[in-house]
Formats: sequence, C-alpha cells, structure tokens
Amino acid sequence: MPVETESGNGRGYLTERGWRSWAFTLDHKRIGAMYLWSTIVFFLIGGVFALLLRLELLSPQAKYFSNHTYNVFFTLHGSMMIFLFIIPAIPSGLGNFFVPLHIGARDVAFPRLNLASYWVFAAGFLVIIGSLVAPMDTGWTFYTPYSAKSAAAVTTLSLGIFLIGMSSILTGLNFLVTIHKMRAPGMTWHRLPLFIWGMYATSIIQVVATPVVGVTFLLLAAERLLGVGFFDPSKGGDPVLFQHFFWFYSHPVVYVMILPAMGIVSEVIPVFSRKPIFGYDAIAYSSLAIAFIGFLVWGHHMFTSGMSPLANAIFSFLTFFVAVPTAVKVFNWIATLYKGSITFESPMLYALTFIFLFIVGGLTGPFLGALATNVQLHDTYFVVAHFHYTMMGGTVMGFFAGLHYWFPKMTGKMLNEKVARAAWALVFVGFNVTFFTMFIHVENVISTIGSAVLAAGILLMCWNFLQGLRKGAPAPANPWRALTLEWKAASPPDTENFHEIPVVTEWPYGYGTPKA
Amino acid sequence: MSGHTGEHADPAVAFESAKLGVWTFLATEVLLFGALFTAYTVFRMQYPEMFRVEHAKLDRVLGAVNTVVLITSSLMVVLGVDAIKRGKARLLEACFGATILLAAAFLCVKYVEYAAKFHHGIYPRTNIFFSIYFMLTGLHGVHVLLGMGLLSYVIVLSRRGRLSADYFTPAEMSGLYWHFVDLVWIYLFPLLYLIG
Amino acid sequence: MAHGTGNPRRTGIAVFVALLLLTVVTVLVSYVDLGLWNAVVALLIASVKASLVALFFMHLKGENRLVWGFALVPIAFLALIVFGTLVDTMLR
Repeated sequence: MPVETESGNGRGYLTERGWRSWAFTLDHKRIGAMYLWSTIVFFLIGGVFALLLRLELLSPQAKYFSNHTYNVFFTLHGSMMIFLFIIPAIPSGLGNFFVPLHIGARDVAFPRLNLASYWVFAAGFLVIIGSLVAPMDTGWTFYTPYSAKSAAAVTTLSLGIFLIGMSSILTGLNFLVTIHKMRAPGMTWHRLPLFIWGMYATSIIQVVATPVVGVTFLLLAAERLLGVGFFDPSKGGDPVLFQHFFWFYSHPVVYVMILPAMGIVSEVIPVFSRKPIFGYDAIAYSSLAIAFIGFLVWGHHMFTSGMSPLANAIFSFLTFFVAVPTAVKVFNWIATLYKGSITFESPMLYALTFIFLFIVGGLTGPFLGALATNVQLHDTYFVVAHFHYTMMGGTVMGFFAGLHYWFPKMTGKMLNEKVARAAWALVFVGFNVTFFTMFIHVENVISTIGSAVLAAGILLMCWNFLQGLRKGAPAPANPWRALTLEWKAASPPDTENFHEIPVVTEWPYGYGTPKA
Repeated sequence: MSGHTGEHADPAVAFESAKLGVWTFLATEVLLFGALFTAYTVFRMQYPEMFRVEHAKLDRVLGAVNTVVLITSSLMVVLGVDAIKRGKARLLEACFGATILLAAAFLCVKYVEYAAKFHHGIYPRTNIFFSIYFMLTGLHGVHVLLGMGLLSYVIVLSRRGRLSADYFTPAEMSGLYWHFVDLVWIYLFPLLYLIG
Repeated sequence: MAHGTGNPRRTGIAVFVALLLLTVVTVLVSYVDLGLWNAVVALLIASVKASLVALFFMHLKGENRLVWGFALVPIAFLALIVFGTLVDTMLR
C-alpha cells in the first residue's frame, strides 16, 4: 500500500476534554462514539426486560408480574431493542466512526447535520422514556385498533419514534452524499470496502422507508388526538392499512439491521483468513439487491390479517427471492475461508458465529414465507426464534465482531483476548440454548437457563470493554494487519483522520501476498 | 446546509453535495406524503360515492386561488435565486420576501377554509374524506410554514452579506425545497378539490 | 449550473404562464362531467405541471444522471407502496 501508517499522539480525537467538546462536536468519530455508548446502554436495558420475561416464563404458574406488566415488558423489550439499539447501533455508531475513514475522507458530507442527528436521537429517547409514565402494552408493532384505544401514552411514544426515525433518515442522507462525493482520489466504487457497500444500501433503505413509518405514527397520534379514522372500522377505516404502512418500513428495516453487520463480516473474514475476499463484486451488488428486494415483501407479515388471496400469493412468492442475494454472501464468505490461514481472535469468532447463526435464522425464513406453514407458525415462538437468530445471532454478533475488531482503532487500547474469548463462549452457548428451544417448543425452563448464560457472557464482554478502556495495552495502528484505510490512521485517529488525504491505488483485499 | 467548509476545498463539490443532500431529503418527503396519498387512493377506491359527495363541500375557487398563489411564490423563488446568481442580494431579499408573503396568503386562505368547515361542524373526525383532507392539507401546511422559516433564514443570511454570485447555495437549496412544497400542492389540489 | 442558452428569467416566466394556463384548464375541465375521465385528465394535467416545476424551476433539465436518479427512484417506491397496498385492499 502506498499510504504510510501514521502514528498519533496517543489520544488523537479524544484529546480535547470537557462536556462541551462532546455536546457540540462536529467530529464524526465523537458522534459515532456517543451513538455507541447510548445504543449499548439501551441494549443492556432492553436485555434486562428480556430477562424479566424469561423469569415469568420459568413456569406456567409463575406470577411474578401481572398480565399487564408482562405485556409492558415485552413491548418495552421489543421497542427499545429495535428503535433504540439495533437500528442505530451499527449505522450511526460504527458507521459514523468508520465510513469517512474507509473512504479516505476527513468527515461526512454534512457534519452539523450529523450532530443534529444525534441530538434528534437523544430527544427521541427522552420522549420515549417520558412515555413510561403510562408504559406501552401494545406490543412493539402497535397494531390498531388496540394502540388507538390503549390507555398507554401511545401519542407520546409516537412522537418519540418519529424523532428516532428522523435521526435515522439524517444519518442515511449524510452517508449517501458522503459516499458519492467524498471518496479519496483513486477510491473507485470497486475499491470501496464492502462495509461501505453495505452502508450505502442501508442508507437507501433508511431514506426511503423511514418516512412511511413516521407518517404511520403521525396517523396513529391523529387517531388518538383528533378522532381521525383511517384505521378504525367503526369509522370506515381499515386496521390492516396500519399494518401495510407499518410493515412497508418495518420489513426493509430488518435489512437496515443486517446489511451493516454483513458488511462487518465481509471486512473481518478476509483479515483473519489472510485471503482476499471471494466474489467482491457479487457481495457488493448483493447488498443492493437485498435492499431492493426487501421492499417488495412486506405483506409476508400480514398473511393471517385478511389480505386478498392475490396479495398473499404475490408477497409469498417474492419473499423467497431475498434468500438469493443473501446466500450469495454466505457462499462467498465460505469460499473466502476455504484454504485460508484462519486464526480465531475474538472478531473472527463473532464473525463466524454470525455466519452460522444467520444461516439457521435464514433457513427458518422460508417456513414463514410459505403461506400454508405461515398460518400455523404465525404468532408462535417459531417466529420469535427466527427473528432472534437473524437479528441477535446475525446483527448483534456482527456488532460484537465490529466492536472487537475496531476497539483498538477507536480507543487506542487492546482488549484482553482471553476474557473476550471466554465471554464469546458464554454468549454462543447461552444464545443457542435460549433460542433453539423456541423452534421446537421445548421447555421454557431450558430457555430461561440459556438466557442467564447469555446474560453472563454479555456482562463479561462489557466488563472486558471497560477494563480495556481503562487498562488496555496501547494499540498499534494496525494490530490485525488489515488493508482498509482506517488502519492507516493512528490508533486512535487524530481529529483530522489523516495527515494527508490518501491516494488510493489498490483494492483493499489483497491478503495472502508478501505485502499482506 | 453548507458542509464543513474546510472539508470541501472545492466549492463546486460542496455545492453538488448540498444539492444531492436536498434531493435526498425531498425523496424522504415523497414517501412521507406518499403514505397519505396511498391512504387517499385506498379509501377513494373503497368509498367512491362518499368522496364524490364530500369533495363538493370544498371550495374549488379557493383551492384554485391557493394554487395560483403557490405557483406565483415559486416564480418569486426562481427570480430570487437568479438574482443572487447575478450578485443582486437586495433583489433576492425582495423576491424571497414576496414568496413569504404569498405563503402567508396561502395559509390565510387555508385558515378561512378550515374555519368555514369547523363552523359547519366538519372536523377531521367527521368522515374518512375529511380525515384525509385535513391530514394532507395539514401536513402540507406545516411544510409551508417551515418553508417560510427557511426562506426567512436565507433573507437574514443575505442581509448579513453572506450570499453572493460566488456563494448562493442556501438560496438555491431552499428554492428546491419550496418548489417541492408547490409540487405537492399541484397534486393535492385536483385530488381533493377537483376529482369527483 | 449556468443556463448556457437563453435568459433564465424569461424561461421562468414562460413556465409560470404555462402553469397558470394549465391551472385554469384543469379547473374548467372539472366543471364538465366526464365520468372516470375527470380523474385521468386532472392527474395528467397535474403531472405536466409537476414536470414543468421539476424540470425548469428545480433545474432537473440539465442535471447529471446522479441527480436524476435521486429524483426518480423515490417515485418508483411511491408507486410500489400504492400498488402493493391496492393489490390487497381492492381485491378482498
């Protein structure tokens, strides 16, 4: 690589201190870090709600909580995890930090808009917390008519989610323009890291889909406040219309969740196999294909809601197609691993876990996409297991992989590998015990035990991060000997990212050669 | 809306970036209004007779007046942006000022219309047609109001001498937004007022 | 950015006049009962007006392919949500 690795002053972008240097920062790295801290906190809180659910499910007789409280817990678990953690974590957290670095830029296209996106996010979560005065019991999907009538603070929550959505849109908008306009000289589209292809596809979805859910919640608020009757059958409205609007966003948003994680996997696998990524073009285009096809299938959440038979048939038919570009990625990752020089550092452990668990989750998709089986499986734990395998076994493992991979770059410290691997083992075992049992409707007790192991693993991982922050060994600029541009910057990078904007002359996946 | 000016050594890149940013934002607006247009279509297909009867209660003339008002306001924006491209800041301010006045006139007409409806006991909750009417024109009205704020900000920038023939990005970008607001109304007007 | 040919103010005013005329036409046509064709004509005229605004006021005419992409792609998604929903609601 023609670009020289830089050495920093040890603290880089973290040098300036004081709350104002964070609250009013225009540095994408600081904004990304703020998103990461926030989303991880919400992940842990959402996790606590999950553990409370599992506690109640220990026995059919267990009545630690009233029915209403249980409904509140699963609504809060779902809503917090989806809106406050999994949608923003990789795109707005790791994405904000690394998109400019990956393309050789000093920052995103609109740094002030970026800061605004965080403050809108913060306003959103404050409003959502405010809605806890009368917490939601509607389920995270907020279906009408119940959500229009529930005594919960649905209107307040609607505003909160609207704000979170706005934040998501601003992030996506920023990345689209950044990736188009701010690539370093020589960084052609086909020299972009695959993380960027994933982020690009993600940004398209964020920009196109999120406004629809924004209006949906606006209409829900209007129903409650103004008596508007779009979704109310007694006024000539249609509750299924709510579902159309809701899922027009909420299906594509699962690809907002998974595409960045897949991007991270595409970065990690070649580095720890010391082999070029197999099928770069296919992986790049498959991200766009997944984003596009993801918009065509939203009705598959509504097969039992009373849609027309033709709509059912079309949505079911289209649903199967999304497996194709997804499988393309999986096959290419496996081909990358084949005959590679594989090592099992913690980022790689999580990346491999992603592939394995996402395959399981993905394979259970067709059962749900097929009309006949969907009728049996809708609203059962099979669905819960499917989306936890894809969202947690997929996105969250990808997120953990990214955190471990990029921890040295973001903080300038190395993590304790032994503890990281021990935590991984607990997470892997705990996850599978918790969720595999749901596919086969086995004992809730086993699932609850699994959740305790999973929680222990996650807590150990978090403790390891905190220890690393405080006492980790100083990290070199490129501890993994990787070839993407962020590793040319210091660990942690200076505020300006690079002393000189790099001129790119090579593809960043030339591993396994004497140079790398 | 301007980027990190140290970032874009090349002002042309900064301008193109801003333009792409605004078009991306307009894309989100297409989908925002789009969901409401979807609801309109669904219910129109379902209740053609009710729509025909109810839409007649809207004043076509007032709707047409508002259409003319918005189209004229868009012309003012075009003239204003053209002015600053020729370095004429005062003319920009006059044109954008006229736009804001026309926008205010639009909102006044809407106020008159809404008041008349309320006076006759017609509210958003009255029936599906009026739910759609109030939500669509209400959301559009909010965008008109926000646009007035945006255009005012551009006038302030100009009065502070920050705009010139070399740098007019805020004017052009606000213009794009304003034309979009006009564009939405161009569809709202026939859909709500004209089609029986 | 520059309009290579012609006076942009003149183009703007010409488009303005066209928009006014089309508005008059669409209002007048709405007083004539053409049945289902009222909707078609009204939407067609609206689309012509919208195109004029987009092409001339918003300068799409003369923009590069990237900007055109950003302008047109959302419309495709709009069509998707409308038709996808109608496939259900109209055929139950």
